[in-house]
Amino acid sequence: MSKYVISSSPHLRDNVTTARIMQDVCIALLPAAVAGVLFFGYRSAVILALSVAAAVLSEWLYCKASHTRNTIGDFSAVVTGMLLAMNLPSTVPYWMPVIGSVIAILLCKMIFGGIGQNFINPALAARAILALSWASLMNTFAKPAFGSFVGVDAVASATPIGATVAGDYTLTQLFLGNIPGTIGETCKLALLIGAAYLFVRKVISWHIPVAFIGTFTVCYLLATGFDVNATLYQVLSGGLILGAFFMATDYSSSPATGKGKIVFGIGCGLLLFVFRFCKKTPAEWCSYAILLMNVCSPLIERVTGHKSFGEVKK
Amino acid sequence: MATTQTFGGGVHPREIGNGKNATQSQQIVNAAAPARVTIAMAQHGGAPAVCCVKVGQTVNMGQVIGEAQGFISAPVHASVSGKVVAVTTCTIASGKSVPAVVIENDFEDRWDESVKLRENVDALSAQDIAHIAASCGIVGMGGAAFPTAVKLDTSKLEDKPDTLVVNGSECEPYLTSDHRIMVENAAQVVDGIMLAMKATGVSCAKVGIEDNKPDAVQAMRDAASGKQGIEVVALPARYPQGFEKTLIYSLTGRIVPNGKLPSAAKCVVINVGTCAALSAAVRKGQPLIDRVVTVTGRVANPMNLRVRIGTPLLDLIDQVGGLTDGVRKLVVGGAMMGNAVPTLNLPITKNFGGFLALGEEAISAEESACIRCGRCMRACPMKLAPAKIDLLVRHGDYDGAIAAGAMNCMECGSCTYACPAKRQLTQSCRVAKAIARSKPKKS
Repeated sequence: MSKYVISSSPHLRDNVTTARIMQDVCIALLPAAVAGVLFFGYRSAVILALSVAAAVLSEWLYCKASHTRNTIGDFSAVVTGMLLAMNLPSTVPYWMPVIGSVIAILLCKMIFGGIGQNFINPALAARAILALSWASLMNTFAKPAFGSFVGVDAVASATPIGATVAGDYTLTQLFLGNIPGTIGETCKLALLIGAAYLFVRKVISWHIPVAFIGTFTVCYLLATGFDVNATLYQVLSGGLILGAFFMATDYSSSPATGKGKIVFGIGCGLLLFVFRFCKKTPAEWCSYAILLMNVCSPLIERVTGHKSFGEVKK
Repeated sequence: MATTQTFGGGVHPREIGNGKNATQSQQIVNAAAPARVTIAMAQHGGAPAVCCVKVGQTVNMGQVIGEAQGFISAPVHASVSGKVVAVTTCTIASGKSVPAVVIENDFEDRWDESVKLRENVDALSAQDIAHIAASCGIVGMGGAAFPTAVKLDTSKLEDKPDTLVVNGSECEPYLTSDHRIMVENAAQVVDGIMLAMKATGVSCAKVGIEDNKPDAVQAMRDAASGKQGIEVVALPARYPQGFEKTLIYSLTGRIVPNGKLPSAAKCVVINVGTCAALSAAVRKGQPLIDRVVTVTGRVANPMNLRVRIGTPLLDLIDQVGGLTDGVRKLVVGGAMMGNAVPTLNLPITKNFGGFLALGEEAISAEESACIRCGRCMRACPMKLAPAKIDLLVRHGDYDGAIAAGAMNCMECGSCTYACPAKRQLTQSCRVAKAIARSKPKKS
């Protein structure tokens, strides 16, 4: 036996790893998570911590029980935990993020084969299950109080999309996150900083966010007769920014090709527009738009196809 | 430096820069003549040569010791003068055991009488040049070692080529032999290009050189100035710029259809090192008996050596001061395409592009699950879906893998390089191709 390693080429590998990609997503989510804690108080931090811990622990237990390789080192469970918490109001009882994470990891990810095999975004699916099971708890939002770490009242408050009169909040408030909402969705500034980081690190591409937000914006502009203010209000409210950059871009539940991603993003944008414009209920539809497109993703990939370099028209 | 259009996909191995640093500014050094050479009879694409010398026979430098068999083949010549001590077999870098002739060097460097300066080169016809390339055993020095004469002979092609694509891109990390040949022997390379243009009957040659070799671009531009029809183009440094199909696209904008040869895009592709060898063959009558080899990585003094074909690799390792600490993998060729070999006990062959002693950086982490990130698809210069082919192969669905385009894979390794889950995607494509080729053709 030779003391030298024999393997097939290439003999060099990029230093990008699955764990590094997932860590990058965690880093990118941090600004918005911090903003959530600043606006909605310490409960947000506890919910984030519980959600992440429950997600990692359930994945670890699943791997133990199924005698498969332990995959918690890839940080994807941390991402799922963070995303779920950021989609919850800060007022939910502490068992909620735990149940949610267990659902997300076990029911939506691991039983389908773990990372890369989930056909829907686990955090969003868990959020939807929670929202349908405990509708009132999931729709109770705290009034934001910037910097008051403990003193946030768990008062039912309508989110801006729920507000019937566009104008309850200013666009600046919507952008900075000084509005009721889930922990991670309100501060658009922090979300955009995180998204910029993901672009710089080449973790996500422009296709899905641009197609998603672009389609929604165009539809809303057309439907409102080019009411720019109302459209911006819609773009900056609810979970659209969080969803477009961090949820719809989940690798395993979206198409892998550029063309497929654009179709996927357009689909998300159209669905969200239809939901928000036609059903003026206070529910947040962004997650449902993405979930519906998640299940279309394999079909989109098949239909949009992929042309190899040497394929010539005959 | 102005760069032009380039192919889609590809990767920037981070070692492209610093891997080449060790050797790219050093002059090529003539390796000491070996005491013994082991010359393989199969060191080119096509049929192996057949040994035509006997044990005990005295041979001259440049004398034919293996005769070409069939149309796609190349003769093999003695790289030293001396005595044939064995007609045996040897293991070459690909792992194959092939017939070989062992010659003991008498250190007289006595050229064979067939090797002589050729006058009246201008009077040579296209067929003459192709014939010289054939009889001198010239093969592609870029790695595939396809007999050059077969490429140069365009007389049987229905659609005549119009462009000679000259490959000076040297996109492999670590390797700098073509780079140094262009810097030091630009005039000879350009002469070879002119001869190849004449042989193929084309009026236009485009030399593609990656823009991380500005000195080579300059040297080639200087050498080509005033020569009709030769254009030297600086291309973006991106692996695999130097592959036939990507290079043709970068230089001409033409796409070689799947399953077709460069001739389908009216191109003939030739490497700069091959051009230099062609010039030596035509002008000086010299057969291909030496080549430049980059010996680098974890060795004491990395350098480019001009080496006689058949020299033991161990001799070269001695010349560069031996291996240093931490060597985990021995690679013949480039870091992206080369073969990992178990031993230093190998002879230099005509397609021996380089030797790398790599350390821990060449040992990949364990594979993990595909996360569907799409990096392999973006890296693939052939725009395939490597992760999909990989899954099909692992599920045993080889027909599915072929339907997904596995046959178009050039095995450049970009997908495996880019994969964050460290999956052996290129290897899966190789498996699919090998299985498809082993099946009898459906009629």
